Amino acid sequence: MVRVVSRRLIQLFVTLIALMTLVFFWLRSLPGGPVDALLGERATPQTRELLTRALGYDQPIWVQYGRFLKNVVTGDFGNSIRTGEPVTDVISRSFPATIELAVAAIIIAVGLGIPLGYLAARYRGRLLDNATIIVTLIGISIPIFFLGYLLKDWLTQGIHFFPPSGRISTGMDNTDVTGFFVLDGLLTREFDASADALWHLVLPAVTLATIPLAIIVRITRASVLDVLDEDYIRTADAKGLRNATIRKRHVLRNALLPVVTTIGLQTGALLAGAVLTEKVYNWGGLGTLITDSISGGRDYPVLQALILLAAVVFIVVNLLVDLSYAIIDPRVRVQ
Amino acid sequence: MPLLDVRELSVVFQRKGTKPFTAVDRVSFAVEPGETVGLVGESGCGKSVTSLAIMGLLPRRGNKVTGEVRFEDTDLLKLRPQDLRDRRGRDIGMIFQDPLSSLNPVIPLGLQVAEVLERHQGKTRQAALREARGLLDAVGIPDPARRLKEFPHQLSGGMRQRALIAIALACKPRLLIADEPTTALDVTVQAQILALLKELVDQSGTALVMITHDLGVVAGLCDTVNVLYAGRVVERAGRHALFGDPRHPYTHGLLQSVPRLDADRGGRLHQIRGSVNDNIPWSEGCAFAPRCDRVVDDCIGETVPLEPTSRGGALRCTNPVPQEVPA
Repeated sequence: MVRVVSRRLIQLFVTLIALMTLVFFWLRSLPGGPVDALLGERATPQTRELLTRALGYDQPIWVQYGRFLKNVVTGDFGNSIRTGEPVTDVISRSFPATIELAVAAIIIAVGLGIPLGYLAARYRGRLLDNATIIVTLIGISIPIFFLGYLLKDWLTQGIHFFPPSGRISTGMDNTDVTGFFVLDGLLTREFDASADALWHLVLPAVTLATIPLAIIVRITRASVLDVLDEDYIRTADAKGLRNATIRKRHVLRNALLPVVTTIGLQTGALLAGAVLTEKVYNWGGLGTLITDSISGGRDYPVLQALILLAAVVFIVVNLLVDLSYAIIDPRVRVQ
Repeated sequence: MPLLDVRELSVVFQRKGTKPFTAVDRVSFAVEPGETVGLVGESGCGKSVTSLAIMGLLPRRGNKVTGEVRFEDTDLLKLRPQDLRDRRGRDIGMIFQDPLSSLNPVIPLGLQVAEVLERHQGKTRQAALREARGLLDAVGIPDPARRLKEFPHQLSGGMRQRALIAIALACKPRLLIADEPTTALDVTVQAQILALLKELVDQSGTALVMITHDLGVVAGLCDTVNVLYAGRVVERAGRHALFGDPRHPYTHGLLQSVPRLDADRGGRLHQIRGSVNDNIPWSEGCAFAPRCDRVVDDCIGETVPLEPTSRGGALRCTNPVPQEVPA
């Protein structure tokens, strides 16, 4: 186990170096840049040159790249061009918001998706199954921003059931400990803040969860149906085991393998979906930060750090997926 | 009274939009306590479907099972599914063809044996595992204590089949159905598994229904043999009668098809011409007629009945192979 993890960590390191290089050059090959964005079209050549030099962009690109690498290794991602704050501060302010949203979405998608997919398979060909197939098809096809605005319109405008935007009500006097508002409320025993944050979380999380949910339902259903056809299920039947035992012990565990893989892959999609969801619900997270950093000034340092962060999250999640695979299936366990 | 009495068992597969297919057509046979009965035939003759129908293991949809399967005093086909569940694994054990796919890959072997005991004998996990160790030992798996914790992929093919036998015999059933238990194994391992089965069946007095296409298996194991063709029994006889003096041209052909060591090396191997698919419906004569060497006009037209023979078996043939006159 230790060997597997350490090998994966080395892989992670190599991947990150490659990704950093790619992102560094890719960002700089885009037309425009921080100087244009900050000064606008009517700036004099003198000011442009001054700013270019101040930001260090006058040096040869490989010198910039070397400095960037050196700084990253020491944990210094530089300062945001837009606000001048250290990038790490900027990101750590937005990070908890997105994680809170993503975790809530994953909980909904997995917690609802696996049981639903399982039930659809169990009642194959009946009403529940057919309804599930149709609804999940809609769930997969509907664009996030469209669904987001639709839900917002229905449930916050007319009947004011849910708050339309933000992470917490203005005027809520909550103490910030970790940045995860729901968790903070529990930690500081400000339960009203927790409940309020949770209430704000519902619509964005549901919006973000729809696509992964639909996919997990379908994968679970297909996987359970596959397993039900396996010879060892027939053996279990021949043993006279109770249906409940067969389902719990023999079907579910085998059926979970493809589902776990899917969950890992969907995490990547979740990060992308978060950008749109956060926009719709004015959720101050990484998604908002990334759009602001691109459109409002080509904030190279922030963008570089964000992309790296996304990669780290994705790789770590997939490492966890591989580890849980080993727990579920003895055949992939390393001796 | 026979332990298992299968009467007029039919299985018809029905799928929407296709013609119903009769896989098993009014098959009758009986198994006395402690007896070993063979069901023999080519692929597709309905032997596996027969065994699955007896166990109630056919998929719930898409098929129609009729007839009677009397086990002692009960008709298994009339039992409610949950009552049949109580009997499977306890009164009737079953061994399948492919030992790797028949064991659950993610569950340790010990639990796969122990769960039968938990289910039918109400044993605790611990007691069941202790007994499982003894069972693995009894089927000749070395170091059973260690194997209990291992997974199917860590065992050899022969080991796995031994484990499946241990599972099937765990509750000391009165009947064991073995569906081609040696097909997926090496020849040397086949012999070991057959010897083991024979030994266990003799020791415990368990009746055995042996389903196979391998006549060698039949010769070594079975008291009575039923030869199936296109879903029907075409000949039934004791082992010696069947091998020494086959009456049905199909049985005769099967025996002829076994390559012989003492035959000419240059000579052609014997085969039954055509394939199982070249048949006519039983309602229009003998299904084997298109492939039969002894076909006569009477073979086609109406159903050929299964008639009892003087030697205590049964035969479905208009023009049987003549009986050998003892010299």
